[in-house]
Order: sequence, then structure tokens, then C-alpha cells
Amino acid sequence: MTDTPPVRPVSRRRLITGGALAAGGALAGGAAVAATRSGGNGQRPATDMTPAANVGRLVEPFHGARQAGVATEPQAHASFVAFTLRPGTDRAALGRMLRLLTDDAARLTQGRPALADTEAELGLLPARLTVTFGFGPGLYRAAGVDDRRPASVAELPAFRIDRLQPAWSGGDLLLQICADDAITVVHAQRVLIKDSRPFATVRWVQQGFRRSPGVEPDGHTQRNLFGQLDGTANPRPGTPLDTALWVPDGPAWLRDSTTLVVRRISMNLETWDLLGRTDRELAVGRRLDTGAPLTGTAEHDEPDFAATGPDGLTVIPDFSHLTRAHVTEDRLRILRRPYNYDGVPTAEGHADSGLIFTSYQADIARQYLPIQRRLAERDLLNEWTTPIGSAVFAIPPGCQPGGWVGEQVLG
Amino acid sequence: MRTTSPFGSRRRSAVVLAAAAALAATGAAGCGSSNSSSTTQPTASASASATTGVITIRDPWVKAADRGMTAAFGTLVNDRDTDVTLTSAATSVSPMELHEMTMKDGKMVMQAKQGGIVIKAKSTHALEPGGDHLMLMDVKQPVRAGEELTFTLTFADGSTQQFTAVAKPFTGAQESYAPGHGEPMPGMSATPEMSMSPAP
Repeated sequence: MTDTPPVRPVSRRRLITGGALAAGGALAGGAAVAATRSGGNGQRPATDMTPAANVGRLVEPFHGARQAGVATEPQAHASFVAFTLRPGTDRAALGRMLRLLTDDAARLTQGRPALADTEAELGLLPARLTVTFGFGPGLYRAAGVDDRRPASVAELPAFRIDRLQPAWSGGDLLLQICADDAITVVHAQRVLIKDSRPFATVRWVQQGFRRSPGVEPDGHTQRNLFGQLDGTANPRPGTPLDTALWVPDGPAWLRDSTTLVVRRISMNLETWDLLGRTDRELAVGRRLDTGAPLTGTAEHDEPDFAATGPDGLTVIPDFSHLTRAHVTEDRLRILRRPYNYDGVPTAEGHADSGLIFTSYQADIARQYLPIQRRLAERDLLNEWTTPIGSAVFAIPPGCQPGGWVGEQVLG
Repeated sequence: MRTTSPFGSRRRSAVVLAAAAALAATGAAGCGSSNSSSTTQPTASASASATTGVITIRDPWVKAADRGMTAAFGTLVNDRDTDVTLTSAATSVSPMELHEMTMKDGKMVMQAKQGGIVIKAKSTHALEPGGDHLMLMDVKQPVRAGEELTFTLTFADGSTQQFTAVAKPFTGAQESYAPGHGEPMPGMSATPEMSMSPAP
């Protein structure tokens, strides 16, 4: 929720760069965490706060005008849980369901067990847990409020490169559960699924991971399992990000909302292995080590698509991923918040690896679709990647204490 | 008798403050001034609340059930300097009893709690699956997940107090009832499907 600055008890950056055990950071962190966990009563001395415990106790705000888990610095672990509404889950039932799930999320994200939590002790370490609610087109139909569905939230057109599997596609409701700890994610997932069972069935679950907290500084572009820096072109925090992400005006059900495209991208590590380093860099248009465009020296250098080499060809090939995906206007950018997946290899040792690609944008038709069309048409990376799942959701506005996510849409 | 929260003192203090904040935010909406017949209205928040009264009911909830037996839980908080005795509970959808769990013939069974539930001065008393609970003996209309149910508590001095509890899907709390000598009662052995009608 970004209408107010995120209130973290202690920043990861300070933990990491300030010297994990530096007295100042540890004292500040200890005091803030104690205030969060025990309401200011019974602060513990800073000396028994280890950095490891601090990661577990970090809290992301839940309430606010915008939902958390979108502009939030990506956590290490994610579970995307898509549901199919049961027949008979209408507007009133959705209201009851979302009240229950909102209450679970409000408690668990703040390090409190859910109501009737059967494993209450697993709810005490939030590790920056966020729970983000997404509404698929079917939810609006079931509730009889299709006039409140953002226009671009509809099934994507079929792309030539798609090999979509129903097992990874669609969904009426999405819960995106993210935290810097896998057990926290799994516990929240269990609680939320249990409370959804009277109303919906589980359609698919995609679990993914990024680097663990402390392995790299915050804000560092992470690598996917091809070894590429992934997400360099994301809009910068502040106005560029806000412009790309949030609907700035309109009725209450639309204002401060965004949209999400989830694509499961299978990455063929076997055929990728056949490429040399030069070919890999040409396919992407960037250096593998620094992530710099082939015409630059640093990751965030502007690519020079006109520059030619001694052979007369452009240095950055026009079939490269960088060329095809490149946009310059903030209002046309997308926010990528990808998670890796890595399944069980086959008996022959072939990997089942890929990316849970997530794209957030104010308007799918304005921002995501033009980029995706250009990539589907001609992006050399398509040789080694295959979309096998696809789903589209509105991310409705957030809620204040006492409210519930979806109240502006269904209330 | 349990008089402590399962979460220890540091944990509890946080929960008390949070519960107090929730009361301030939703207390008025959660509890009408009179006990109307509409006992299952959803309110703004899934976390139900208690009116100011003899005691505070922290984190109340009731196990969703389509019919038969079910139970309500929560933590009873007595901030007074004297003990308080809860003698009965009532709701419009079912006759109710105060129950405790006890060992009989080598297994835990539930039975009516003689003399009511005593909440010691400046203390808490947990109502939880496997322990003391407010028993709904025969639910006449479905208590659906996410609905809120209004309860009236009566204390030994004749005073009463209302609170609302949200209905949670819950598969535990399948306690056996002592009068039947260990035979599970229909409502208390509810499978998830039994309380799964989403329609209003």
C-alpha cells in the first residue's frame, strides 16, 4: 500500500549494508520490532535480537488505499493460488468469503495468528508477508457486477508462441502470497485455502522463489535460471512506477487498482545449454555479466539500437529480447515481479525450470499487450521459452482497518 | 481450568491492544443496541467484537455448521478485581449450554459445566476446541462461513452482555458428548462439506 510510506520496523537495506550487528541498526530494529510485536509493552534488550530473527519479524503494512505485494520490494518466496468459484458463490457469498480472507491476511501479515488458526505458532513470524487479492473475469460475472470489471481484465488473445495448459491457466480469484520465508508462505496458504473451501475450489498453485533476504542488496536486479538479469527495465520507484502501475482516478472500485498478468514460462535449459555465451548475449541484447546493453557498459545505460558493428549489422540485433520489449514512456511500461520455478528433473536429467512471469500495469491493453505482441511476433528468446500458463486479474483497491478487500467492487 | 492464553505474556499484550483497536473500529457496527432477530448479518470486518460489559471477549468465532451441534470460542477477559461467573449463553439459532471437556472411560468427552465458567479477577479464560466452549445444541438454520452470530451471555449476578462471533470453516472440534458416552454427535463431526453452502 503506497499511499503512505511503507512502515517497516527495520529496513533490509540497513540490515545488510549497515553492518548486521552495528549497534545503531540493531538497537533501532530491536525497539521497533518489540513495539510491533508487543504493543510497546515489554521491549526486549537489543542484545538478544539477532539479524536472523529480524528478517522473520519484518512487517509490511496490510491496510491502505492500495494493496501491498505489488510495489513491495519482492520477497524471496511466493505462492500464487488461483481459485474457481463454486456454483452458488454469488455476490453475498463473495462478501463473506472476502471478509474471512481479509481478516486472515490482516492478522497474518502483522505477525498475529489467524482466527481459529490451528497452527498458531506458525503465524508469529511474518517475514514481510503480503497477501494480494486478484479478481478474474469470472468473479465479476458470478457477482453480477461485470460493469465494474476493468475493461482490459479479460482473457488474453492467443499468441503464436503459446502452448497453454488448463492446469496453469485462468481463475476467478487469485491470492498472491509472498514472504521472505517459505514456511510463512505455506502456513498463510493453508489458512487462506481452508477459509476459501466453502466458496471455491483450488484451480492451480504456482510456487516460486527469488534470492533469499540478505544475499543481494535490495533493489538489485535478480537473475533468472538462464542466468540473465531479469527486470532491468522496470519503472523506477516514485512517479514513473506510480504512473505505470495505479489507476489514478475514476469510481472507488477502480481508483488505486492495478492489473496483473500471470504467465508460466517454461525455460528449456537443455537447448539453452547448446548456445555459446556470445549467442546468448545476442538473443537478449545484453551482457550476461553486467546486464548492460550490448552498446553500453552498465546495466541501466540506454541502448543504442542504431549503432552498427564492423560487419555493418546493428550491434543489438533487431530480433533481440531487448529490442522487442523496449518502451520509453512510463505510461507504457510494465512492472515485472518474476519468481523462478524449478520442478523435478526427468529420469534423463532434463530440467523442469522456468519463470512465473508477473506483469503489473494500470491497463493491460495499453501496456502489456503491445509488448507481448512484439515479443510473440519476433523475439529470439522464444526459441528457448514457452508460455504454458496464462491468467489475468484485476488487483482491486486496498482497504482500511475494519474494511475488506473487494468492498468497493462488491459492497 | 485454563486461565492463561496459549501465547504467553508478550504475545498476549499485543493481542489485547489489537483487540482493543478492533473494538474501537468495529464495535458499534458489530453489535446492535438491541438483539434483533437478524443474527447472521455480515459486518464490516470478519473479526467480530464485544460490547463493553462485564468482560471482554477477545477473538470470538463460531464453527460454521449447516445443522446439528456446533460451538463458539474465544478468550474471556476479566479486567475487574473480582471473579466473574458466566452462567449461560444464548443465541437465536440454537439452544445453548456451557461445556467443558473431561476424561471419561479413557477418552476426552464434553459435558455441561456445572456451576458455570468462572473467570478469575484480572485474568483470562480460553474457550477453545478441546477445552471449555459455548455449545450450540441444535442449529435450526445454517450458520454459514463468514456470517456473524450474536450471542448473549448471562452472569451469576443477573447481568447480561452481547457479542458477535464470525463463523469460520473449521473441521476440528469434533468432541464426543458424554451423555452419549463417546458417540460423536452429528453436528460436531461435520466434514468440511457439511458447512459448505455458500448461498445466502
